[in-house]
Amino acid sequence: MLESIWFLLWGVLWAVYFVLDGFDLGIGTLMPFLAKNEYEKRVMYNAGGPFWDGNEVWLLSAGGVTFAAFPQAYATMFSGLYSALMLLLFALILRGVSFEFRGKVDSDSWRKVWDGCQVAGSFLPALLLGVAFANLFHGLPINQAHVNTGGLFDLLNPYGLLGGVFFVAMFCLHGALWLSIRATGELKERAMATASRLWPLVLVLVLAFLAYSYVNTQLFGNFRKSPHLFLILAAAVAGLLLSRLYLAQGQAWKAWGGSAVFIACVALFGVVGLYPAIIISTLNPAWSLTIYNASSSPLTLKIMLGVALVFVPVVIGYQVWSLLTFGKAITGEHDLEY
Amino acid sequence: MDVLMLSRLQFAAATMFHFLFVPLTLGISVLIACMETAYVRTGKDVYKRMARFWGKLFLINFTLGVVTGITLEFQFGTNWSRYSAYVGDIFGSLLAIEATAAFFLESTFIGVWHFGWDKLSPRAHAISAWLVAGASNLSAVWILIANGFMQNPLGFELRNGRAELTDFVAVITNPWAWNQFVHVVAASFCVATFFIMGISAWHLLRKQNEEFFQKSFRLALYVGMAATAIVVVQGHLHGNLVAQLQPAKLAAMESHWETQKNAPMYLLQIPDEKGEKNLVQAVAVPSLLSILAFNDPDAEVKGLKDFPAADRPPVTITFLAFRIMVGIGTLMPLLMLFGLFKRDTLAQYPLYLKAMVWAMPLPYLGMQAGWAVAEVGRQPWIVYGLMRTTDAVSPIAASQAGVSLVAMVLLYTLLGAAGAYLMVTFARKGPVDA
Ligand code: HDD
Ligand code: HEM
Ligand code: HEM
Repeated sequence: MLESIWFLLWGVLWAVYFVLDGFDLGIGTLMPFLAKNEYEKRVMYNAGGPFWDGNEVWLLSAGGVTFAAFPQAYATMFSGLYSALMLLLFALILRGVSFEFRGKVDSDSWRKVWDGCQVAGSFLPALLLGVAFANLFHGLPINQAHVNTGGLFDLLNPYGLLGGVFFVAMFCLHGALWLSIRATGELKERAMATASRLWPLVLVLVLAFLAYSYVNTQLFGNFRKSPHLFLILAAAVAGLLLSRLYLAQGQAWKAWGGSAVFIACVALFGVVGLYPAIIISTLNPAWSLTIYNASSSPLTLKIMLGVALVFVPVVIGYQVWSLLTFGKAITGEHDLEY
Repeated sequence: MDVLMLSRLQFAAATMFHFLFVPLTLGISVLIACMETAYVRTGKDVYKRMARFWGKLFLINFTLGVVTGITLEFQFGTNWSRYSAYVGDIFGSLLAIEATAAFFLESTFIGVWHFGWDKLSPRAHAISAWLVAGASNLSAVWILIANGFMQNPLGFELRNGRAELTDFVAVITNPWAWNQFVHVVAASFCVATFFIMGISAWHLLRKQNEEFFQKSFRLALYVGMAATAIVVVQGHLHGNLVAQLQPAKLAAMESHWETQKNAPMYLLQIPDEKGEKNLVQAVAVPSLLSILAFNDPDAEVKGLKDFPAADRPPVTITFLAFRIMVGIGTLMPLLMLFGLFKRDTLAQYPLYLKAMVWAMPLPYLGMQAGWAVAEVGRQPWIVYGLMRTTDAVSPIAASQAGVSLVAMVLLYTLLGAAGAYLMVTFARKGPVDA
């Protein structure tokens, strides 16, 4: 029971991470396509500026909770995906620094360097997260000693790549919607137009991803067993449709909310499909890491549950406050810090 | 080189680089919060200008602290997966608590603080400064409890082929961890205050913004005096704990080979690890080592030769690092005492001000040396007495670890250079736009 609760919480942490960091990774990826001048670039940096660090901590806590609740899964996952994870971390480092450093020296070549870091540092994590999660949904060649026997390039199979492209598109849509909330004038219009153009692409990619998952993974097993779980997929579809509807009405916040629901449900769909496995072994199902053979002791799970129940709602409270307080339209120079 | 050596180098590079930025964050965040509180209380503009000027340097430093921390959070899984599986039950939960209780608070309110200068009232802004400062120091509590477990493991039982938590209270009240906390936070205030004093001295030498930098210098001087006193006095108590719980580390710190009572301390000493002796040992202070270790001149201090060679830490590094740390711990109060006596006429002592500019790196060096004592001196154990470092490393290819080590060092060097360049530029500019 405790293990199952933690499994669900683990999935929720990843889902919230994708929803939150998704928008600033998306904005960073779209930077070269949307910003036409220096002022617009700065607006795009500032659109995610107050939030990127707080968003990224959801990745840390998802990683930390993997370590705390399922130490063997943490050990296998991050040593098994060594090169991919290092690439992801280096990209996130460059992106984080680019926010703070870019505007500090008045030189075009200096700014260009950091713009490059921002774009690559946003695009690569989006792609790698998609590739990594698609591979987790499919399973990894884990041997009896819980060691991944595959390499970096084994991750780049067609299903993994589709997952990567899907994540990039999904985050770009999400980022364009957030930019619609925060930008004004032409940039806002361009952001909204971009969102409406990305929307059908995301729709096609999610359908393709689901269909490919159906033939390539075991994810639908749990859904067939308990059909009410299909509500998750229904909510995902509803979120995606609503985001398009609200976008057409020019209601940026609501459209972003729809996209947030969509992203969260996509993540939960995959996680629920995995249950009770955390890492499926493609070599032998008996070698998979599950909530039973990878979890911490009951005492640790209990203490951590207490910690999570106290702190996570508080965190959500102040982060929502911060999003509402600082997620307002940027109307001029005086709103720019970066 | 093998995976073990590469992973150790990588971990050392990653933590030591992270710890170039951590101490300044821990100390200066509190000082900035104090400046803002002073502004709210007195309404004097100079306090706001101080908070903004030092705050700008703080933000550059903070960003580097954050991004270098992110790699660390995953290093245990990437390079020390056997370790992670073995003690994750305890160690992992401490890291997870750090993220949920401290990092969220810190990272959310640094955004609020950064973007809130015009959007929040001065009072609300000061509160966000306190939240950042409090959360940073809270994160230190949790990570040091985690490190304390590796130094002095308790509250667990070996079950199911791993260490399982049995007593959470024992883990979080680990005396080792709390000793480390006091020592590290006090030392961090040394870093922050020498940073402020050094930059202030540079401007005072050039007679720029004199009121502003005199005020800054003085605030830092008083806080720095107190912090150094704590570091030195508590460092001694910390040494007592090491003597009790990790006698091999203590012996390595002093390059002390033969077990003896009334053990003296040699001011001049050169260890010879292979020959299991000291090449040079001179200027003995009788019984001082016994007193330092056990507060008793007659106490017996175990020598390195009484430990099997396989259980001894690298002596030369531990010894040198300890000497450097203690040397700096002696130099810092002397530097500050002079400033304390001449605090009203600082401008008349350009040589002193110059020395304070050059003294800025000292506490940084002390920090790095201190961690070398604690971590290298703990070898060959990754968890003292429980798990050896050789058994902890991940089953990954040496090429993976090698490539990531080189990439990390390159990346960090470039970032460090860019960060240092920005710091120097903005420190020299002084409080212009605030
Ligand atoms: C004594 C204090 C201390 C020590 C020993 C460490 N750290 Fe640290 N860490 C901090 C004190 C700190 C801090 C003061 O809270 C930082 C530094 C600068 C900053 O911005 O926050 C931080 C940032 C920071 C972050 C980024 C948080 C964010 O995104 O806001 C992570 C993930 C870590 N650390 C993780 C680690 C790990 C895994 C360590 C062990 C090897 C470690 N730190 C040692
Ligand atoms: C941030 C301050 C720290 C610094 C500067 C530091 C420094 C070092 C150094 C120099 C080593 C290499 C020792 C050797 O190879 O002989 C090391 C090893 C290690 N330390 Fe620390 N350390 C720090 C904090 C921590 C903390 C807080 C933890 C745990 C939470 C930790 C866990 C480890 C581990 C897992 C290793 C690898 C095993 C080893 O090589 O000994 N360190 N550290
Ligand atoms: C004369 C003064 C000092 C004494 C007696 C002293 C004593 C000690 C001892 C015994 C340790 C090892 C504890 C362990 O193995 O975990 C230690 C560690 C350390 N010291 Fe010092 N120290 C002094 C000054 C300083 C100064 C000036 C700094 C930096 C500004 C500093 C920073 C550190 C750090 C960062 C550590 C590693 C963390 C820890 O273990 O607490 N120390 N110190």
